[in-house]
Amino acid sequence: MKDSTPDQPAKRTRSGRDETTVGVLAGGPATIRVRRDGDELLTVEVAGDWRMRRGLPGAEVVEKELQQQAPPRTMGFDLTGLGGWNSGLVSFVLKCHESCKRHQMRFADETLSPGLRQLVHLALAVPESKDARREPAASGMLHRLGAAAMESGSQGLGMVTLLGESALAFLTFLRGDVRFRWPDLWLLLQQCGPEALGVVALINFLVGVILAFVGSVQLKQFGASIYVADLVAIGTVREMGCIMTGVILCGRTGAAFAAQLGAMKVNEEIDAFRTFAISPIEFLVLPRILALFLMMPLLCVFADAIAIFGGFLVSVSMLDVTPTEYLRRTVESITLTNFLLGIVKGGFFGILVAVSGCLRGMQCGTNAAAVGRATTSAVVTGITSIVAADGVFAVLCNALGI
Amino acid sequence: MDMDLETAEDPAKGVGIEIRNVTMAYGSQVVLRDIRVRVKRGEVFVIMGVSGGGKTTLLKAMIGLKPPLQGQILYNGVSFWDAGEEGRQAMLRRFGVLFQGGALWSSMTLAENVALPLEEYTDLNPAEIDEIVRLKLALVGLAGFGDYLPSELSGGMRQRAGLARAMALDPEILFFDEPSASLDPISSRRLDDLILELRDSLGATIVVVTHELPSILAIGDHAIFLDPNTHTMRAEGNPRELLEHSADPYLQEFLTRGAGSRTPLTPGTGTTS
Repeated sequence: MKDSTPDQPAKRTRSGRDETTVGVLAGGPATIRVRRDGDELLTVEVAGDWRMRRGLPGAEVVEKELQQQAPPRTMGFDLTGLGGWNSGLVSFVLKCHESCKRHQMRFADETLSPGLRQLVHLALAVPESKDARREPAASGMLHRLGAAAMESGSQGLGMVTLLGESALAFLTFLRGDVRFRWPDLWLLLQQCGPEALGVVALINFLVGVILAFVGSVQLKQFGASIYVADLVAIGTVREMGCIMTGVILCGRTGAAFAAQLGAMKVNEEIDAFRTFAISPIEFLVLPRILALFLMMPLLCVFADAIAIFGGFLVSVSMLDVTPTEYLRRTVESITLTNFLLGIVKGGFFGILVAVSGCLRGMQCGTNAAAVGRATTSAVVTGITSIVAADGVFAVLCNALGI
Repeated sequence: MDMDLETAEDPAKGVGIEIRNVTMAYGSQVVLRDIRVRVKRGEVFVIMGVSGGGKTTLLKAMIGLKPPLQGQILYNGVSFWDAGEEGRQAMLRRFGVLFQGGALWSSMTLAENVALPLEEYTDLNPAEIDEIVRLKLALVGLAGFGDYLPSELSGGMRQRAGLARAMALDPEILFFDEPSASLDPISSRRLDDLILELRDSLGATIVVVTHELPSILAIGDHAIFLDPNTHTMRAEGNPRELLEHSADPYLQEFLTRGAGSRTPLTPGTGTTS
């Protein structure tokens, strides 16, 4: 079977008709002929095989005929030579209907075959809603920049609003007027803490090993291999322990929060809370923030210990450092300030991860794809917030001489 | 501020709900325009129309989920959206809402779903709450299912459990969003019977959003018909009387499931010109 060819220019036949071949197929060419039967009737003769797969025919030949002379009162169709047809023919007939409306002619749908007439009726049954069509989005650079800025502003406002509402909910919690179920908090504590120990241990062990290896290559040149203990201890306790744990919990728990709340939004469970005048912030968001705020410092302490253990194994087995010497250097290098700084940052990162996850979950749309987007967005927002906040901590510590 | 619906100012005696010139929009797109209707106490009020006609949007304005662009919604003469946050919350406690599909809180058992509003807003002790929960579940035919999670139930059972939760605080007004949408004809009929029993036994005003014709004709005392093309209210009255007496071809087509004439959705836009 040969595919249809593009429209060809209309030609005038000996009988004075406009004729155009719109496609050539196995069953013969699909053709349109237009003839005037007096001043009353314009007949559009459609013939050949109209099962087109490419290039829908236009109604130019009909329109041209109507513009050349005063349009007759009625437009009808002659389908006697018509073979097979598909949506291409329906589309053509609808274009003819449009021409009829423009030239105030009667559209003689009784001349169509019953099946074709039914499809045309169906397509015209519901008129296009006047205000349904959207304006095409402007694509200028300035417009995109403005739209991006407004989107960012809206997201920032959403985060600040959620933080404010969460702070108010926390005050309510401190006043003892608790609005969430304690078993939910226990469950969340378990999910955020003990259930994350495995992955936190694995990642931080590897971080300790990597720090020790990288440090040893440099320090060995100066015969200072023992200072690998200092590098690993300070590096993990002050920075890497809380950052890596924050990133892990962002991908693990923050994403889960976004997915849970997003799915609840899709199922109208959040709306159900609102209709009972129960604040979803108090009932759903606050326990999640509390759980991560309480668990993150503990996980950071655990992460620090595991990373130091990783550095210890590398140093003792490969750098000729004795276990006692390594542990002594580690204890000497970790100051209370460094230790507390890591813990405080851990708690703060916990809040950021929980707020990012809950924010994206609460902002989720009402379909399955939106839940996926909310989850991805929660992880991106969470990790970005952690790194940005760590930068702010670094500047503050530098300014305060910590 | 605590608003009591029973004692609140009631300028129109007998009118439980008044929707006054309400216009709803999503962004710049208006989906409902100038809706006005008064609903008497104890009526089953049906908001009917084709899909996409704005029924659920109107319901959202009535239950505090979406503020109207213009107009007011009054409950016993008190404007809901002008009542302030606390006033609205006080009113919401007098409402019960059954969402499409139940919208049960998925991490809680049925008993916990029904118990939560009671724990939040009553001073009942746990044993008393348990007793009320068992009563509510029994009322909807789910006695013994209190320990089940929503995911362990069929669609019809979830819907009934949602109704038990909506009734937890003995509401004065019950709202139903497409209650029969996912139900088989028998479950749907039973839910309709239950709605009528609630109206008769509790004297509650009931607002139902639906396009299910058998339900509309079976339970509706008073109905409005929303037009998706003009975004306005096209007809108002008792649905059975509208079926018998309305001369509007579009409404007739809706109420007869198109069994009568094949009227184009908007008169005057036929296929022949």
